[in-house]
Parts: sequence; structure tokens; C-alpha cells
Amino acid sequence: MSAFLTLLFRNRLAALGAVVIAAILILVLNIPLLPLHDPDVTATADRFMRPFAEGHLLGTDHLGRDLLSRLLHGTRLSLAVGIAAALIAAAIGSAIGIFAGYFGGRTDNIVMRGVDMLMAFPYILLALAIVAALGPGLMNALIAVAAVNVPFFARNIRGITVGLAGREFVDAARLAGMGHIRIVLTELLPNVLPVIVIAMSTTVGWMILETAGLSFLGLGSQPPQADLGSMLGEARSAMISHPHTSIVPGLMIFLIVMSINLLGDGVRDALDPRLRSGALSRPRATTLVKRHGDVPPATDELLAIQDLHTEFHVGKRNLRAVDGVSLAVRPGECLGVIGESGSGKSVTALSVMGLVASPPGVITGGAARFQGEDLIGAPYESLRQKRGNRVAYIFQDPLSTLHPLYRVGQQLAEAIRSHNNLSNTEARVRAIQLLNDVRIPNAKSRVDDYPHEMSGGMRQRVGIAMALANEPDVIIADEPTTALDVTVQAQILSLLDDLRRERGLAIIFITHDFGVVAQLCDRVAVMYAGQIVEEGPTQAVLDAPAHPYTKRLIACVPELGGGRRELAAIPGLPPVLDDLPPGCAFAPRCSKAAKRCRQGEIPLHGPAFHAVRCLFPERAL
Amino acid sequence: MPALKVEHLAKTYPQKRPLFGAAPPGVRAVRPMSFQVETGETLGVVGESGCGKSTLARMLVGLLEPTEGTIEVEGKALGTADPSEFGKLIQYVFQDPQSSLNPRKTIRQVMEAPLKRLHGMAKPARKRRIAEIFASVNLREEFLDRYPHEFSGGQAQRIGIARALAASPRIIILDEPVSALDVSVQAQVLNLLADLKTRFGLTYLFITHDLAVVEAVSERIVVLYFGAVVEIGRADRIFASPRHPYTGLLAESAPVVGRSLKAPEQKGIELPDPLNPPSGCAFAGRCPRATDLCRTREPELKQMGEDQLAACHYPLEN
Ligand SMILES: Nc1ncnc2c1ncn2[C@@H]1O[C@H](COP(=O)(O)OP(=O)(O)O)[C@@H](O)[C@H]1O
Ligand code: SF4
Ligand code: SF4
Ligand SMILES: [Mg+2]
Repeated sequence: MSAFLTLLFRNRLAALGAVVIAAILILVLNIPLLPLHDPDVTATADRFMRPFAEGHLLGTDHLGRDLLSRLLHGTRLSLAVGIAAALIAAAIGSAIGIFAGYFGGRTDNIVMRGVDMLMAFPYILLALAIVAALGPGLMNALIAVAAVNVPFFARNIRGITVGLAGREFVDAARLAGMGHIRIVLTELLPNVLPVIVIAMSTTVGWMILETAGLSFLGLGSQPPQADLGSMLGEARSAMISHPHTSIVPGLMIFLIVMSINLLGDGVRDALDPRLRSGALSRPRATTLVKRHGDVPPATDELLAIQDLHTEFHVGKRNLRAVDGVSLAVRPGECLGVIGESGSGKSVTALSVMGLVASPPGVITGGAARFQGEDLIGAPYESLRQKRGNRVAYIFQDPLSTLHPLYRVGQQLAEAIRSHNNLSNTEARVRAIQLLNDVRIPNAKSRVDDYPHEMSGGMRQRVGIAMALANEPDVIIADEPTTALDVTVQAQILSLLDDLRRERGLAIIFITHDFGVVAQLCDRVAVMYAGQIVEEGPTQAVLDAPAHPYTKRLIACVPELGGGRRELAAIPGLPPVLDDLPPGCAFAPRCSKAAKRCRQGEIPLHGPAFHAVRCLFPERAL
Repeated sequence: MPALKVEHLAKTYPQKRPLFGAAPPGVRAVRPMSFQVETGETLGVVGESGCGKSTLARMLVGLLEPTEGTIEVEGKALGTADPSEFGKLIQYVFQDPQSSLNPRKTIRQVMEAPLKRLHGMAKPARKRRIAEIFASVNLREEFLDRYPHEFSGGQAQRIGIARALAASPRIIILDEPVSALDVSVQAQVLNLLADLKTRFGLTYLFITHDLAVVEAVSERIVVLYFGAVVEIGRADRIFASPRHPYTGLLAESAPVVGRSLKAPEQKGIELPDPLNPPSGCAFAGRCPRATDLCRTREPELKQMGEDQLAACHYPLEN
């Protein structure tokens, strides 16, 4: 809660809105304590007194009633009606939305068609029709305003509920014996509540305005009762001769609606989970670079990552996600990077092209060179040109590369044409061929699918086709086949293998599967807690691992043909990156750990082709 | 008496009716299948995405109503699709441990639900039972008052297993229980599952796409393809000496240290389309042994040697 308030008030406009609306609320709630005139007592002799007149701070209206008193009473009424309408609309709309979203199917269809029909009418026309049917009066105006806002809530909440109802925890609740009502109330409602609050905070201002509108037309509050709309309406005839009678309520409406909307937008932003983790600032186009120390000199490798340091600055915490990683590939070479999740594999890969989200990511040291040219800190435009064309990525999550609103064929053709001079039809033919290469069944018809019409495995294959579209020199593949079936995986691996043999494609292949590494990669680097702990030729590392972590990691993965057995699990969990133990990061889980292991940095050492970061390696190198 | 007996269980998802004309035939996600699981056994179920694994699992726990067929638990037929009736006999462990926990409920609330709703336990009894279960899955009791986001994947999956145990079921359906976990944690969870099985005399149905994992944990394995059982056999033999060409393809495709990479399949072969299913053997489009007989007549599951069954007109010889 306090985090929410800090975020909220960091937004100056929201803070201003909060102050203004709070002042207004305090004022109207204390009306009984204030020395005000009776708002409804007329005194025709004192008509149209100017503001700051004796005894009437804001003057009087056409019947000589005290404007200040009418303003405050009217504001109180308008606020009460607007807020009541918002609460009613939110309650009914959300109930409809949750109901439709949870039960789905035909119920959903019928309910939402009804909601659509209501939404098809112009807003104010619908409200007018409802008041016309019910007759004028403040209560009926309230009902009308609530009614026209119900569809908005129903629609929003239904959308959220549909997403939640498909989540596994709802199934789990059913298996735990909960009934539908209980699931709606205890499983779904707490999760949609923040959305309801956001929707309310952004609409209550408009509802106050709408009620005022109806009153202005004489359909809301009836004389002599004052609300902001009826005050404006009554002042209309004297607008030219005595403008203050219109300006006073008009200004109040403006203040209320503005302050509530500013505050509402602030609340929406502060509750947005994307903003909660980082600062309120926009993400940068490329990763922030603040390098300390010297930049390592160029080498003759195709792609070289040199002593890379990437950190995440989250609040006071400083996560060293990549802590001095060096890797290199030559044309036609495939380098495997293996490690558990959180070991820094993805961040290493993303740092190369400045794709780590900033904030919170910062590259604090090292270099990443493509043909000797340092990419770290390179301008966005030059990185963009190299991306896809020279260095392509295949991501773990294919949705990050595919646009949801375009057909996959269009996106592939677009990617091809952005770096090649091809006609539309040629690009399409090439797109179909690429889809065939990655084993999309019936590529000719699938080329016109939208991403959401494909299964996860199929989308991943499209992502791979995108990466191959422009025949890059280097592919950085981050767990590209983890979500795929074995037969498809085998095809993709052999496709990548062909490409590197035929075209000299260099591959950095991130995975946690030793089988894949063994089949595809010439060399392998093992990562733990942001560092490489062992690197060497695949065969040598797998046959006789030198680092205790590598050895135990291999042992705990079941292998086909090994039969039924107990697995040798590694006890404990990987360390937290902002609180690494001194010395070897693996020491808390290592059975060989000695006192020396827990003191001082342990270097990666050994002959050039096989290095290990351990004081007591499993074998001599 | 088998712990679980499934006969002619099938599920057809209806398709949307077009504006004019008759409704198209539905998608046959699970074709009529029969198998049984003995008490204390782990039956592995493997197959590629979309082959009907999760549909089968959801029918078994009553989250989905079968189109036809029966499910019997310890000789008792489960008639209606009422999850709370199923819940006491069969429980489910989900693939994604985080998404199977409500982000706004404490772990204690999660654990209490089955005890209260399925077994009507009073508060002190629930407290004791939760302590017992938490001890058996190696979780500390202080976790009970925390929220799901505070846990790592491995811990969250232990909580998921603890919740399934709370219902005191006879059978647990494990739907890809370790696919979302890291390898070092995966081994911890697999060992825990094995331990719980002997301790509580449970029966498992272990669904996965990982051949090595399924081989390491199961007694027998069922191979699914395109919604149908194509082969059943002993875990220690089925991948070493498969009879169905599809099982053979799976075993060859699995990446294994020390085996060189080769494309086990030609490019350009056709995968079966669920909206337009082929007649005859669904694997015929990919099978090097396919003949006209395969393309016209659907092969039936037949005994092939001792405790191995396969559905193929021209089974592999071993
Ligand atoms: N956007 C981010 N904000 C804060 N921390 C992050 C972010 N992205 C990654 N991290 C942290 O960086 C570390 C390395 O992550 P990652 O490279 O994704 O690991 P891997 O790819 O090996 O699974 C992890 O501890 C992760 O929590
Ligand atoms: S340095 Fe020490 S603690 Fe670290 S892996 Fe080697 S033996 Fe174990
Ligand atoms: S029935 Fe024919 S097509 Fe099907 S798997 Fe057997 S040999 Fe192949
Ligand atoms: Mg990763």
C-alpha cells in the first residue's frame, strides 16, 4: 500500500488532483459546521448580488439565494449522486462481466450481445431515453447514468475474467470441491477487484459530469434543490448580464472532473504492474551502458562477448545477472550455453544487441564485438540494421517477435523485404518456403494465419523462420526448442546444423538440455550465478566434467535408455544474485566445499580450450 | 482390481455451427481408448502436443465431460462430471505451478480448501493435517502464510503436490509436473513423487513429452498419437524395442548424449489435420512403411509379444 502511494504521488498531476479533490471533499463534508445561509431561502430584494458582497462571499442568484451555500450543497449532492452512480454501475457491470466471463459459452454470448446493443446507442441519448421513460428527478437521473455505464464495466471485467477463468487455479479450486458461487467470490473477485477500482477511478469524473448534464436539462434535481447541473441551468438565462452565477458552478464542475480524472489516471498507472517494477520512465530503445574500466581490445572472431557485466538496479537491490562473461564464435561454429534458469544465459544473449530492458538493466563493463566492431553502446540505428540481417535472435517466447495483428506470412515477407529487394509475390514464395523449412504443416494455407491461430509450438517455428529469413551470419538462439516436441526439435536442430555446415552460420545455442548440446554444439559453456564455471569442447565436458556443478547437473538429468531409477538431485537452490556468498557461488551446494572456496574470487583457469572455475576440480586439465 | 480402469473413453469437441447448414463434425481430441492402471503403478503417457494428453487428463479428474466411455476407480464407476466427487479419489498436479495457485490467496487458504470442502474437517484437524502433509513434502510450515509469488518454481510445485495430497486421493494425475522446472529441481521433485507414492500407496498417471523422464519414473508407458493409443508396453523396453513406427520415431528423435544428429524424417511430409482427419492410420502420412491398407483401414491395438500392444498393420520387428 505504501509502495502504491509513493508511486501515485511521484506523479505530480495525480498528486495535484488528489489535493484538489481532497480539499473539496473536506469542505462539503463539513457543511453542517460552516456558518452558511440556508441554500433554499429566497430573498428577491437581494437578487444577483456580485461576489464579495456583504454577507454573501460568492454573491446571490436570481432568487437572491446565497451562492456559496448553494454551491457547497450542490457540490455535495453532485458528488454523492455521481459516486453512487459509479458504485452501482461498477457493481452491476462487474457482476455481469464476471458471470459472463466465468460461465462462457452460450451464457456469455447472449449477455455480451445485449451489452453490445446497449453500447451501440449514443451515450447521452440512451440516458435521455431512460429519464424520459422514468420521468424527471434526481433518483431517475442517477439510475440513467448508472445504466449507461454498466456496459463499460461489463465489457472490461468480462475480458479480465475470461483470462482468469482459463487459469489453472480455477480448475484446482473445482477439484478442491468448491462450487461455482464460491469460486466466483473467493477465487475470481479478489483478482478482478483492482481492475474494477481502476475502471471506477477513471469513470467517476465523467459520471458526475453526466449527472450534471441531465440536471442542466432539467431532468435531474428539481427546484429548489441545488446541484451543480441545475445551478448552471438556472443561471443560463442570466449568463450575459450576471456571468458570475454561471461561472461559479461551472468552475466547480471543472475542478471536480479534472482533479478526479488526473487522480484516476494516476491510480491506473500506479496499479499497472509494468510500472511497479521499474521507474515511471519509459523503457529506452537500447540498454543503458555505463562502463567502468577499459574496453577489451578487438579479436578476430566473428562474434565475441568479452568480460561482459550486466546488472539490474531494482530499488536498492543490485542484481549482478552477468558477471564477467566471455564467449566467442567463429563462422560455422556452434557454441552451447547451458545453465539453470536465472543463471544469466538470456541476459548475456540480450546484452549483445542492447536488448536488455532499461531500466532496470545496465551494462557496466565489457564488450560485444561483431567482426571486431563493438556493439555495446552503438547507436540504435546501427544496431537495428544489424539485427535480423547479420545477427538474428530466436527467443524463448515467440510472441515477443510476432505482432498479434498481422498474418504470419505478411510479417515474414516484411522481414525479408526490409533487407532484400524482392517483389511481394517473391517474398511470399520465400515465406512459404521458410515455413516449410521449419516444418509447419500445410505451409501454403498456414501462411495466412494470425499468430493467435497457431499453437505455441507452431508459433515458435514461425519465430525460427523469421530469424532465418535474412540469412544472418550469427544466430543467438535462446532455448528455441524447449517448448517443442521431440520430432519437431530434431528437425529444427538438423536444419540449424545444415545451415552452419553449408553456409557457415555461427550459432550461440542457449539451452538446459545436455542431449541437445551434445548433438549440435562443438563447444559448451556452463553458467552458474552469472558466471561461466566451465568451458570446453562438448565431448570433453560431457564425458569428464571438471567442475562439480557440471558433474552434478549432468547426473541429475535422466537420459533415455537409463531405465527406471532414483535421480541424483542437487540439494538447495541457486543463490540470490544481489547477495552472493564470497568466493565460489556454488559452495553452499557443493559437497567438496572447503574453507578456501569461500574466500576471494576464483578465476576461470586451465588450458585455453578447456577452463574451469574451481579450486578442487573433478579432474586435472 | 485395478486402481483405474478406462473403457472406450473419448472426447469430441463440437465445432462452431456455421450460419447456414449443419454443424461440421467435431474435433476428435481423444478417440475411444481403454487402458487400466494397477494399484501402486506409475503409468506414463507420452505424445506430442495436441495428441490429447491434457484432454484425457481433464476427463479423468472430472473437469471435462467425456463424450463416451466410462471411468472406474477401484471398481467404482464415476458417473457424473462432478469434480468434488472425483476430487476425493483422483487429484491433479498441474504443469505450471505458479498459475495453479491463486495469486491473492495465502498457501494456507489454498491448502484448507480441499480439507474443508471435500472432507468437512474442523479447524484443529485441518491444522494437524496440513502440518503432516507439509512435513511429507519437505516444506516449512512458515510458508503457509505467504503468497504464491514468493516461491520459486520448485517450491510452488511442491505446494501443488501438497494440495493434491490434502484431498487424500487414491490416484494422482501428474500433467507435465516437472516440465516447467529447472533440471536440478526437477530431480528433487521426481524423487519426492517416488517417495510419496510408496509412503501413501498412491497410483500415478504421469503425462509428459519428455521420454527420458517418463522412462525413469514409469512401470508401463502409453504412447498417444493423434488422440489414439498407438502402443502400450513396459517402460524399460518400449523405447528400446518399439513395435509401432511412431514410437520408433520418438525414440530416435530424442536428443541423447553420444548419438549424432540426424534428421529422422524427410522434409515435406504431411502431418494429420484434426479438422480433416485422414482415413485409416493417422500416422500413414509420415510412415515409411505405409501401404494402401494403412491408408484405408485403421489398425487396431493388438498384442505384440509379451505385455506389449501396438496398433499397426506392419509393426517393426525386433
Ligand atoms: N527485467 C529484469 N529485472 C530485474 N531482474 C532481472 C530482469 N531480467 C532478468 N533479471 C534477473 O537476472 C538474472 C539472470 O536472468 P536470465 O539471464 O534470464 O537467466 P537465464 O536465461 O539463465 O534463465 C536472474 O536472476 C533474473 O531474475
Ligand atoms: S571451488 Fe570449492 S565449492 Fe566451488 S565448486 Fe570447487 S570445490 Fe566446490
Ligand atoms: S499402420 Fe501402416 S502407416 Fe500406420 S504405423 Fe503401421 S505401417 Fe505405418
Ligand atoms: Mg532464459
